[in-house]
Amino acid sequence: MSRARLTLARRLVDGLAATGHYLWGGWGSLASLCLFFALWEFTAQRLGSLILPTPGEAFATLTGLFASGEAWPEIAVTARRALLGYVLALSLGSLLGLLAGLSVTASVMARPIVTLLVGTPPIAWLILALLWFGAGDGTPVFTVFIACFPIIFVGAMQGTRTLDGQLQAVAQMFGLPGWMKLTDVYLPHVVSYLFPGWITALGTAWKVVVMAELLATSDGVGAALAVTRSHLDTAASMAWIVALVGSLLAIEYLLLEPIKRKVESWRNFA
Amino acid sequence: MSLNIHRVAHRFGYQRVLEDIDLRVAPGEAVALVGPSGCGKTTLLNLAAGLLSPWEGCVECSFRRPAMMFQQPRLLPWKRTRDNIALGLKAAGQPRAARHATAAALALRMGLTEDDLDKYPSALSGGMQSRAALARALAVQPDLLLLDEAFSALDIGLKSELYRLLAEERDNRHCAVLMITHDLMEAIRLADRILVMAGSPGRIVAEHRVDTPLAERDESWVFTRTAEFIRWPDIRTAFALPELP
Repeated sequence: MSRARLTLARRLVDGLAATGHYLWGGWGSLASLCLFFALWEFTAQRLGSLILPTPGEAFATLTGLFASGEAWPEIAVTARRALLGYVLALSLGSLLGLLAGLSVTASVMARPIVTLLVGTPPIAWLILALLWFGAGDGTPVFTVFIACFPIIFVGAMQGTRTLDGQLQAVAQMFGLPGWMKLTDVYLPHVVSYLFPGWITALGTAWKVVVMAELLATSDGVGAALAVTRSHLDTAASMAWIVALVGSLLAIEYLLLEPIKRKVESWRNFA
Repeated sequence: MSLNIHRVAHRFGYQRVLEDIDLRVAPGEAVALVGPSGCGKTTLLNLAAGLLSPWEGCVECSFRRPAMMFQQPRLLPWKRTRDNIALGLKAAGQPRAARHATAAALALRMGLTEDDLDKYPSALSGGMQSRAALARALAVQPDLLLLDEAFSALDIGLKSELYRLLAEERDNRHCAVLMITHDLMEAIRLADRILVMAGSPGRIVAEHRVDTPLAERDESWVFTRTAEFIRWPDIRTAFALPELP
């Protein structure tokens, strides 16, 4: 009993150490961010605030947008569309990709189609979506979906294609039942391929949804950007851009990266 | 209970790798297959393990719990050593606490430490990984142990330690062993029967019994026997050694 408790304590300490290490690693990123803001400030002072507002102005405008309650509804609308398209792409792309990876024929056949999907620029899909779905949620959701799908699909397909035959022999030799093959042999391997795809796709979703909104809808961050552009309100444009990039960074580094570290802790000991 | 391989032939594509193989492993018996690299030893072992189906002939294995130690340790990189050793027990449906206790006890006997059990395989040295792989195979209490050049990458000290562990295990539970090796000394030290294979396509060309009990096979005995063994004409042809004057 006490040994189990000891192990638990050690796990806890290890976990804390890993978190501390992760946060400490943030200093480097923080320093480079500061450098970036300094550069921005410098350029803005040179060009004048009509062309490029200073970080201070952008953040002040952003705070104003939040304080007046203008920002939240737009961000919520945009997030809803992006996440809907993303979740669709994630579930369908992962599932179909995993299945395609199981068969050589399917993966050979899928490859050119995927290349085609990846190669088609999102703006082309957007035009088609506008024709098909008109102005509304359908257009951004579809564009996000079609932009994210091939990224996730390829990751999932590579995951199953590269399954280690040697470990499968181990699984067979030790008589692992089907569910255990899945949870102990296949999934840990596949996830290490899926995760990078998921993260890349999330970034893509965030960018594409704004582009789609800019052209297709009357609400959301993209539409708000269109309005600020027509008013030549550079400070507000910058504010919205900061909000977008900030939320993306927050999701990636506060949510996805820690999950990834947890799931793939076995790699860090190499 | 036995393993019977009867008139087995196998091919990969158009290449014949095994031909006319007859082999029987009785309970508690240790059989070594020796032969040059590429003569189809691993294929034969995979057939015996049921990982491959033979092209011709039949493989009958009535052992209830066969286990295999592969040429590389093949531990699951995302599982801690403790869970790797307990893999077969988990598959057999043993509860967590029991299988972890078994794994820990085995690992300690193999010279792994409590600390090693919490590590991932990538943090273990090659020798430690091999010990863990042997522990994983022994954990299921096999009645047939298949060894695929399992010790070939280890230093002599570790080898003799694992030989000792293996001998102990055979003494305790009379588990049968089918091992392949290209190390004649290893075969002479461990086996009751040595089958010599020759390549392309692989077949069994000679059989030798070793009747000395395991306990009496000390270093010098093994060296002397190996020196004798290596002078046999069938061994020399199988390994393509030059003829003796």
